[in-house]
Amino acid sequence: MSSRDLILARVRRALAGVPDVEITRAYRGPSQTPGEIRLFEERVRDYRAMVHVVDEAGVAERVALSLAGRGARRVVVPAGFPAPWLAAADVEAVADDPPLSAADLDAVDGVLTTCAVAIAETGTIVLDAGPGQGRRALTLVPDYHLCVVRAAQVVAGVPDAVALLAPARPLTWISGPSATSDIELNRVEGVHGPRTLEVLIVT
Amino acid sequence: MRVALFVTCVNDTLFPDTGRAVVRLLRRLGVEADFPRAQTCCGQMHANTGYRDEAVRLARRSVAALRGYDAVVVPSGSCAAMIREQYPKLAGSSGVTPFADAVAQVVPRTYELTEFLVDVLGVTDVGAYFPHRVTYHPTCHSLRGIHLGDRPLTLLRQVRGIELVPLPGAEECCGFGGTFALKNADVSAAMCADKVRAVLDTGAEVLCAADNSCLMHIGGMLGRQKSGVRVMHLAEILCSAETAGVR
Amino acid sequence: MSVTFLGMPATRPFPRNAARAVRDSQLRFNLRKATRTIRARRASVVAEAPDWAELREAGRAIKEHTLRNLDRYLIQLEEAVTAAGGRVHWAADGAEANRIVAGLVKATGETEVVKVKSMATQEIGLNEALLEHGITAYETDLAELIVQLGDDRPSHILVPAIHRNRAEIREIFAEHMSGWGRPAPEDLTDDPAALAEAARLHLRERFLKTKVAISGANFAIAETGTMVVLESEGNGRMCLTLPRTLISVVGIEKVLPTWRDLEVFLQLLPRSSTGERMNPYTSTWTGAAEGQEFHLVLLDNGRTGVLADEVGRQALRCIRCSACLNVCPVYERAGGHAYGSVYPGPIGAILTPQLRGMESELDRSLPYASSLCGACYEVCPVAIDIPSVLVDLRARARHPWPERAGMAAAGWVFERSGRLARLQRAGGRLRRLVPRRLPGPLGGWTDTRDLPEVPRESFRDWWDRTDGGRR
Ligand code: SF4
Repeated sequence: MSSRDLILARVRRALAGVPDVEITRAYRGPSQTPGEIRLFEERVRDYRAMVHVVDEAGVAERVALSLAGRGARRVVVPAGFPAPWLAAADVEAVADDPPLSAADLDAVDGVLTTCAVAIAETGTIVLDAGPGQGRRALTLVPDYHLCVVRAAQVVAGVPDAVALLAPARPLTWISGPSATSDIELNRVEGVHGPRTLEVLIVT
Repeated sequence: MRVALFVTCVNDTLFPDTGRAVVRLLRRLGVEADFPRAQTCCGQMHANTGYRDEAVRLARRSVAALRGYDAVVVPSGSCAAMIREQYPKLAGSSGVTPFADAVAQVVPRTYELTEFLVDVLGVTDVGAYFPHRVTYHPTCHSLRGIHLGDRPLTLLRQVRGIELVPLPGAEECCGFGGTFALKNADVSAAMCADKVRAVLDTGAEVLCAADNSCLMHIGGMLGRQKSGVRVMHLAEILCSAETAGVR
Repeated sequence: MSVTFLGMPATRPFPRNAARAVRDSQLRFNLRKATRTIRARRASVVAEAPDWAELREAGRAIKEHTLRNLDRYLIQLEEAVTAAGGRVHWAADGAEANRIVAGLVKATGETEVVKVKSMATQEIGLNEALLEHGITAYETDLAELIVQLGDDRPSHILVPAIHRNRAEIREIFAEHMSGWGRPAPEDLTDDPAALAEAARLHLRERFLKTKVAISGANFAIAETGTMVVLESEGNGRMCLTLPRTLISVVGIEKVLPTWRDLEVFLQLLPRSSTGERMNPYTSTWTGAAEGQEFHLVLLDNGRTGVLADEVGRQALRCIRCSACLNVCPVYERAGGHAYGSVYPGPIGAILTPQLRGMESELDRSLPYASSLCGACYEVCPVAIDIPSVLVDLRARARHPWPERAGMAAAGWVFERSGRLARLQRAGGRLRRLVPRRLPGPLGGWTDTRDLPEVPRESFRDWWDRTDGGRR
């Protein structure tokens, strides 16, 4: 008997005559209302990430300011990132084509992306490797991540995000910069992922 | 209303003052409680130490003694929790129908003392007078087993003369846990030491709870340390009045 | 049946391990500080969720439903993972899982792997097994790294090095990092930020060049074949995305039926475990993502035995958040090592004896490592009634004879109220003769506490004498 059959047989033996249980979902499910921008901003900031709220006309200038403030010269910009948003920045935009090696990524000053969904209640941004986001390693290896979020992408809570996201795509849910609580259970920001996360909310 | 007092074996044997206090308190509130003589022990020690057969025997005895009353009053959160939480499980697994019937009759009518006072009699001011500095420990089974909530404190706040001080870390276990105190004596003592420290920090002269077994545990250490803090069951505080003494 | 191995040899019984731990002032201080910090954080983010009780109930029910249909969901998971380009392997026990993983690593020609913290691989002792095949596994989670470098054992589910404070960690890094790769900076301080930075530098190179990674998963979605890993540091993302080959060892109870179920668990888990609204990083991937080679190893290792137990089955609902450890007064004082298993604390006390059986003295003592205070049940995000399972396990344990005799005697006395009354009267007469220190196991009480005074007259005798105080 293969281990597969053995395990399945054990499971069936264990469950013989065991009745099923009812699932009640009385918790707050996906809401019809959009996420509150103010709340999102506050919750992202709680993780000690930097947050700015700008209107569409001010994005390019804010991106330029943030990159300059960081002193970033070479920045990875995934395919599909809106070109006008980068227009004012004095940086070298590095494309992931042909794919950059891990060492290449380690050598750039940062990465600039959009996102798929953002969650107000938890201050989370979710990337799904769609346009302007690139593959997962791009937002992992560089030490600085600047993410532009459109207000319309902000949803209220976790159930809204789960409903909008496609499971077949690789997802990365990001809530603040990389952190650890492993030393005396105190939270310290900055371990292996980007130590600095900056979020621009476009209203 | 026919009311039975289930005094519990610990109170019966070691803390008769508590039983007397319950009887007098209820009498003052117009309730004549009966003491069904066949009662002994609810079986909690056996059940929680892993002696299920003995526990079932004692549970059957207890419900047989207590059945037929409109209310059963228990001055112990822990024994009340045993009856309400564990009896139905024991009855279910024993498969004995008369036992299950008796459990179904008794369990919904079983009240811990403060539940009986607040929910059944609807009183929060029992007319007590107790001019002392008191801190209250909500024992685990009172707090998380039968969810007494703030009933005990509501009653204590109405006591005249009392100076009630909050106990830091009140919701933490004192480390008694029945035979746990013997089987894991070191951890139990470590937990008790922290509880004792919290009690001493309040500057209270009396530590009060709705369960004498936990009080026996904490009081045992308070006594060993010659701390000068005494422990008292809630019923004894609620029973004390300006005219009569505590006893 | 062979005895299930749980990452640690079963040795002395819990009370003896704990007796040593309660005397360790450094350990007591470290644990007290850490558990209190995390308790407060958890309490505040749980209080913030207005529908916590409803989420908890849904979490309980989804897990219970999954367990009760586990065969169906495992097959569905296998199909979905395979369809998405992954390969699924089944391991009946730890040894088989270790063999499978070692074979997969060897097939890549690599001799080094990076690891994301995973309870399942700790449980089966994978690192040690790989070493026998000439493969070195590098732990990348900060706390795991501390444990690995210090040649220590994990003492907590979420924070395996919770028993270490910052000064001890600094020492371990300064002394042992060089033996495993890049040494710690010369001027390393015990500032947690500096320690985290040292770990970053130490592991950076390794992440960038290692070709094989091994992980666990917090959840595996049957409907879509999606794996879900929650983490904080980014070491998980490094392992999940950079290497060419990814091997995930996952207990069969980790499966969830639908994608939608994540809306419950991505709220329950972070708030319960690290006390955050959301953990810094959650990765999900389905099959061979972004051109990676992906293997899923489904692990039984005693789980189906637990599944067969009507009361104990609920332990398989556990999502390893560690809230029950953090709130447990016994864990706080005894520490994780006293439990002699990679699963310490309340969940360990019910899971270890079920997985490993109750043959050893240690495993028989675990169900008693609790005062039944109920704090674990209250915080458990999937409502595992740990106290009830403990009591159930106690009923199945073999008891020492003096205890059996004592319990039988007590049972005999309580059998008749007349016997109790006679004993009470005898006690009343002999009350002055009760010694201050009791002999044998009863001495555990009198070592630190006074005995209550035996009253002259029992309640029932008072009642009879005074007609309930009316005379
Ligand atoms: S038993 Fe419950 S509280 Fe404990 S680790 Fe598992 S899920 Fe968390």
